[in-house]
Amino acid sequence: MHNRDGFVDITDVVCPITFVKAKIAMEEMESGKILEVKMNDGEPIQNVPRSFKDEGHKVIQVVKNEDGTYSVFIEKDGL
Amino acid sequence: MKFSQEQMERYSRHIILNEVGVKGQIKLLESKVLIIGTGGLGAPAAMYLAAAGVGTIGLVDADTVELSNLQRQIIHSTKDVGKPKVISGKETINDMNPDVKVMTYHEWVSSANITDIIKDQDYDFIIDGTDNFPAKFLINDACVLLHKPFSHAGIIRFSGQTMTYVPGQGPCYRCVFLNPPAPDLVPSCKEAGVLGVMGGIMGTIQASEAIKYLLGIGDLLTGRLLVFEALDMEFRTVKLASRTNCVVCGENPTLKDLIDYEQRACEL
Repeated sequence: MHNRDGFVDITDVVCPITFVKAKIAMEEMESGKILEVKMNDGEPIQNVPRSFKDEGHKVIQVVKNEDGTYSVFIEKDGL
Repeated sequence: MKFSQEQMERYSRHIILNEVGVKGQIKLLESKVLIIGTGGLGAPAAMYLAAAGVGTIGLVDADTVELSNLQRQIIHSTKDVGKPKVISGKETINDMNPDVKVMTYHEWVSSANITDIIKDQDYDFIIDGTDNFPAKFLINDACVLLHKPFSHAGIIRFSGQTMTYVPGQGPCYRCVFLNPPAPDLVPSCKEAGVLGVMGGIMGTIQASEAIKYLLGIGDLLTGRLLVFEALDMEFRTVKLASRTNCVVCGENPTLKDLIDYEQRACEL
């Protein structure tokens, strides 16, 4: 897995709070730093990485975990 | 500041917006808006600003709630009849959003108190929700002299108008309207009806302008008067220029002391 500077678990919330919670975590990071976002399959993995791209952040790596969740590594302002 | 789980949910639809985001929502929570008049315009403006999480809202009004107010002043309810409007407004806001601190000023604005009221919390933006010309000119002059931005609006029958003043960014209300009309040219309260929704439409535009100003986004109604005619369902904007010889905001201002214009007793 990729190195990370911050981590947020959004498997405990549902849309649209998934992205809101991840976005709040991202706001606390500095430009160029990597945030790991742990999310559920389905709606979160389909939407949250795309929403981050729309806001200018770069999705570096997506890892499928054994428990069915995903770990998405995003570089702040990377686009 | 850190958002609580509850705030994250409450403001989620704002935080998702790129133009607002976490920083913008925090800015709103740290902002202070003064609403003068909690009637047709001020009631909806206050409610949307409270819902938006504007952290400090000041309400100014000496009136008590009457049954005839309830057709348009939606911050007040039937159970509030007889209660001071500022108290009724504060209760509605407190019920809606515990993040908002409400300051109440149970008085009419006049040359004697308006400066102190604006300075009381050093408000960032002022909303003119009053229903009479003397108050509108007073609010304009006080805001120009104190370098405060404000939103003007007026409603009557099926018509409404609104403009926004920001210091140094366009004309003030007096640049456009010069002086109050003669008292006998103004319809008295008995003659003047108003469609209830007019306050909702124009008051929420005023709240939008306040929020945009606080966030520093979009284009404000500076140098433009927005006119709305409900019967035709038409909005139009009229471009406005600053008056270099304006007595309050012009190059050589002569108005240094606030004026209390006369008005008919029944308008009070």
